[in-house]
Amino acid sequence: MADNMQNIYLTVALAPLVGAIVAGLFGRFISRSVAHTVTIAGVAVSAALSLYVFKHIVIDGGEPFNGAVYTWMVSDGVRFEVGFLVDSLTAMMMVVVTWVSLMVHIYTIGYMHDDPGYKRFFSYISLFTFSMLMLVMSNNFMQLFFGWEAVGLVSYLLIGFWYKRPTAIFANLKAFLVNRVGDFGFLLGIAAVLMYFNSLDYADVFSAAPMMADMTIQVIPGVEWSLMTVICILLFIGAMGKSAQVPLHVWLPDSMEGPTPISALIHAATMVTAGIFMVARMSPLYELSTTALTVVLVVGSITALFMGILGIIQNDIKRVVAYSTLSQLGYMTVALGASAYAAGVFHLMTHAFFKALLFLAAGSVIIGMHHEQDIRKMGGIKKYMPITYWTMLIGSLALIGFPGFAGFFSKDAIIEAVHLSQTPGAGFAYFAVLVGVFITAFYSFRMFFLVFHGEERMDKHAREHLHETPWVVTGPLIALAVPSVVVGAIFIGPMLFGDFFNGAIFVSPERDVLGKLGENFHGWFAFILHGLATPALYLAMAGVGAAWFLYMKRPDIPEMIKARAGVVYTVLEHKYGFDDFNDKVVAAGSRALGRLLWQVGDVKLIDGFVVNGTAKGVGWLSAVIKHIQTGFLYHYAFAMFVGLFALIALFVF
Amino acid sequence: MEFEIPKMSAALPEMFVLGMACLILVIDLFLTDKNRIITYLLAQATLVGAAIASLGYQFGSPEIAFNGSFIRDAMGDTLKVFIYLSVFVVFLYSRSYLQARNLFRGEFFVLGLFGVLGMMIMVSAHSLLTLYLGLELLSLSMYALVAMNRDSSYSSEAAMKYFVLGALASGMLLYGMSMLYGVTGSLELSQISAGVATAGAGNMVLVFGLVFTVVGLAFKLGAVPFHMWVPDVYHGSPTAVTVYIGSAPKIAAFAMVMRLLVDGLEGLQEHWQGMLVILAILSLALGNITAIAQTNIKRMLAYSTIAHVGYLLLGVLSGSDSGYASAMFYTIVYALMSLGGFGMIMLLSRTGFEADRLDDFKGLNERSPWFAFMMLILMFSMAGVPVFLGFWAKLSVLSAVVEAEMVWLAAVAVVFSIIGAFYYLRVVKLMYFDKPEDNTPIDSEFDVRVMLSANSLAILVLGLFPGALMSLCVNAFAL
Amino acid sequence: MIALSDYLILAAILFGISVAGIFLNRKNIIVLLMSIELMLLAVNINFIAFSHYLGDIAGQVFVFFILTVAAAEAAIGLAILVVLFRNKHTINVEDLDSLKG
Repeated sequence: MADNMQNIYLTVALAPLVGAIVAGLFGRFISRSVAHTVTIAGVAVSAALSLYVFKHIVIDGGEPFNGAVYTWMVSDGVRFEVGFLVDSLTAMMMVVVTWVSLMVHIYTIGYMHDDPGYKRFFSYISLFTFSMLMLVMSNNFMQLFFGWEAVGLVSYLLIGFWYKRPTAIFANLKAFLVNRVGDFGFLLGIAAVLMYFNSLDYADVFSAAPMMADMTIQVIPGVEWSLMTVICILLFIGAMGKSAQVPLHVWLPDSMEGPTPISALIHAATMVTAGIFMVARMSPLYELSTTALTVVLVVGSITALFMGILGIIQNDIKRVVAYSTLSQLGYMTVALGASAYAAGVFHLMTHAFFKALLFLAAGSVIIGMHHEQDIRKMGGIKKYMPITYWTMLIGSLALIGFPGFAGFFSKDAIIEAVHLSQTPGAGFAYFAVLVGVFITAFYSFRMFFLVFHGEERMDKHAREHLHETPWVVTGPLIALAVPSVVVGAIFIGPMLFGDFFNGAIFVSPERDVLGKLGENFHGWFAFILHGLATPALYLAMAGVGAAWFLYMKRPDIPEMIKARAGVVYTVLEHKYGFDDFNDKVVAAGSRALGRLLWQVGDVKLIDGFVVNGTAKGVGWLSAVIKHIQTGFLYHYAFAMFVGLFALIALFVF
Repeated sequence: MEFEIPKMSAALPEMFVLGMACLILVIDLFLTDKNRIITYLLAQATLVGAAIASLGYQFGSPEIAFNGSFIRDAMGDTLKVFIYLSVFVVFLYSRSYLQARNLFRGEFFVLGLFGVLGMMIMVSAHSLLTLYLGLELLSLSMYALVAMNRDSSYSSEAAMKYFVLGALASGMLLYGMSMLYGVTGSLELSQISAGVATAGAGNMVLVFGLVFTVVGLAFKLGAVPFHMWVPDVYHGSPTAVTVYIGSAPKIAAFAMVMRLLVDGLEGLQEHWQGMLVILAILSLALGNITAIAQTNIKRMLAYSTIAHVGYLLLGVLSGSDSGYASAMFYTIVYALMSLGGFGMIMLLSRTGFEADRLDDFKGLNERSPWFAFMMLILMFSMAGVPVFLGFWAKLSVLSAVVEAEMVWLAAVAVVFSIIGAFYYLRVVKLMYFDKPEDNTPIDSEFDVRVMLSANSLAILVLGLFPGALMSLCVNAFAL
Repeated sequence: MIALSDYLILAAILFGISVAGIFLNRKNIIVLLMSIELMLLAVNINFIAFSHYLGDIAGQVFVFFILTVAAAEAAIGLAILVVLFRNKHTINVEDLDSLKG
């Protein structure tokens, strides 16, 4: 059985890779339909088998699998392996990744229909699926890092997919640079783990971690830092890059330059949640450091609140969804910081479905509008695109946490958990997530009303061609709408308060907020009823109401506010100045420094003296030494005798 | 007096190769030039058969036979299999090359097989006598092979130089052996080892003998300053012979080093370690630096060989099992890369044209992107660019040196490998960024193309998964 | 009674002569071949002397092998010499310098 399961795990991971290779390397020889059939088949196999794995691990209660598939090399007793750790957490991630990916694959047939890079695109998204699976299925830090970098790589490739657009190239570069900052921390964290635990295997590290809890290290002489805090914060810096937490969030809105299916798959549902997944996976480490948890909590709450506010003033349909993604990632991070890992991961799962839905629906609108993305030029689309309308509505309701929808359960659980948490910073976090609910509802429905209701603001030409998108687009929307509604009610019991994550996530008893919350949990329906009595729901309703009033009823008021609140609006318009700061201080500063180093250090010293000097020197030496080889036999023999006598002189006497 | 039949079974592969080589020698006499392909096929069959004999009949523990003059062990078997493999590939690459030059004669294969037999005996030698005989069998075959192209004055000059210097080196080796024999009173390696222990490492005659022995070994490997033959012989020989000399004999020479210095003279490690340090540094320096000034790619690869020998010696001189394993790994990897590199020259050559100048590689990417990529793999691997097989070989050798607490030596090696990277990458630059000088399509035979691709891809794939080959080498010293 | 060291010194002298012969001689390749033979003979004297004083027959057996190999070596050496002469029309050591650098 174990062998059998190992083969299944391997197949899950490798099937998309096969698809990617066929579509990527042999793209020249195959037609478009072969390319999408092969890649979709690969992902479909993975998706089906993931469900089987989920059934095996979660429903049948099968043994979690933890083992090496291939030992790459052994160095100084440290084993570098490709291995799988498949427990309930992994199984859940596998299902989410493969199914969202499958939906996106199908959707892409419609979305990329006219694009010349059709086959390349399929190859990339299959490659992404493979990398993401390697990341979530890993049982060691090395493979985690491999998956981490591989998903990043594919993400850069896809942000810059339309490489002829300068904005896409800029976004691509930005994503790359910002992620380098995060990866640097992440790599340092892994290095610290390797240094102190002398192993890269999760199981080894987790079992040794409690022994290290009180260990301190001196990075700067004289200052003692807790080892666990340092490791956790370094790893979290990696998560901040990948999961776009303030201040490393700047790349995510710009990543919307990539094609929409990518925004759905990579920049909403899967890759950006890798950081959340990683922290949840490392819960045995984070539980040992209150300081690190506080950092996580505060960073998460800032992201949740302030990024949501930015969503209000965006006019690009995809950017609205992008800022909402940032804000929701903040919610997940808050949950992690409050030690409610299960709630964070639960929100990750529900969010994956409804945010993918929202992005794909937005993409459907964009197709309908012939690649127009400005919501000010839309309006009243409801009657032209009914399926898109209803699925978008479901997605939005799920996002704002309307009772009964998936997002309601996960978001409410986070809010309640933060409320109970004793971790320093929880008070601020509670405030942030509550206000965030109002803001989420407000921007979501602002966009919703502006796009689907009200007067039709598009030009005549666009209106004539406006119609519902083909089934390859709407099919995935419907398929994603279903879980966006039901998945919360089904899984809240087992995932948050049951033993779903036993053995996968570790929470120390004194911080077990979900455990406390679970004492009052009496099934999903009771949870809804309880939700009716909390401020969150009313804040959400107020947000929807405000959006309706301001953008449908009295559209003059926002204009007025904009005119009056000039300073605030400017601040928001400039996204709190992060980009400006990066451009003017970080980028300009490093450019100036770079220029200095280049002119003085590089051109004069290194190029002039070291590199060119050395190259010249070596070249000259080479030409001289060459003449030792005179071609005369007696010189050769003479060299041998010289060598012989030198050795005798050195070693015998 | 009792007559004991020696354990023939231990030497089964050797006897098979000997019998087949003699048989092919006779058969070849009766073949016309049209049927010469039979010789080729028989020679290849011999190698396959020998591989089966070596792999199929293995001993659990080292087996010593023929009154202690022959040993069969894990290291020997592994090395022999790689020798068969290398020579098999050499023969395959050579067939069409030789046919195009009117050199497709029985001698090449018969001498090649006798050379293989010599290498096998070197690998399995357990006494000075067998070691010497194996060495001479190999050397004599190679002298004749180098001179095989009777109409080329380059070939005959190279052969003459090789012959004189080779004979000189075996004279020195013999002189050293006679000293070892005089002190220890035996020709058998295990008894020499015991004799060394009794005489003590301070015995001056012993060290005197050791110096001569090391010189003989250094010549075979091509370590500086006993390397002078290498560039001239590589350059002067027909490329089919160069690829033969450049691959399998290095494996055998490594085995000879292991047999003599480790099995026989481990007691003198403190002395030979110092000698090898000097040889290694000189080889690294001279090989890498002189290669830069070359315009002929065969000469360039010859100097690169000298540099590679330096790395190989680093592994040996670290003096631990892991060091020996890393040196063995390096040797095998080197043989594979060398096969590919010279194979590429043969691929680009055609009737009346020898693609042995660096300029002949200009713009290869335009002529054949696939083979430009294959050459890129080979060059990157030789340069030690990470992920390619050559990188792991360098890494394992360097870590062995660091383990032996000679960090400075590792640092020196790294510096020279950076210098060395320059001339490998220059080939890549020529292939990808320069315009081709001639646009004749590459018209080599199908089997050569397939084999060469397999050869290069093996370096890429084994580089991604170096564990298997490495563990093979580690296991060879585990017993 | 002749001591072992006498033989060894004789062998060393012969070895030295052959070494000198190899790198001092710049004219005739045949002299090189002769020097090599001489070197092998020096080694043979060593082996026989040791063999005799050790009372071990193996050294003398080795000598037979060396003599045989030397014969084969001479055959190949002369064959190469013939080929060389055919191509270059000279057996002057100084003229063997087309391969260099």
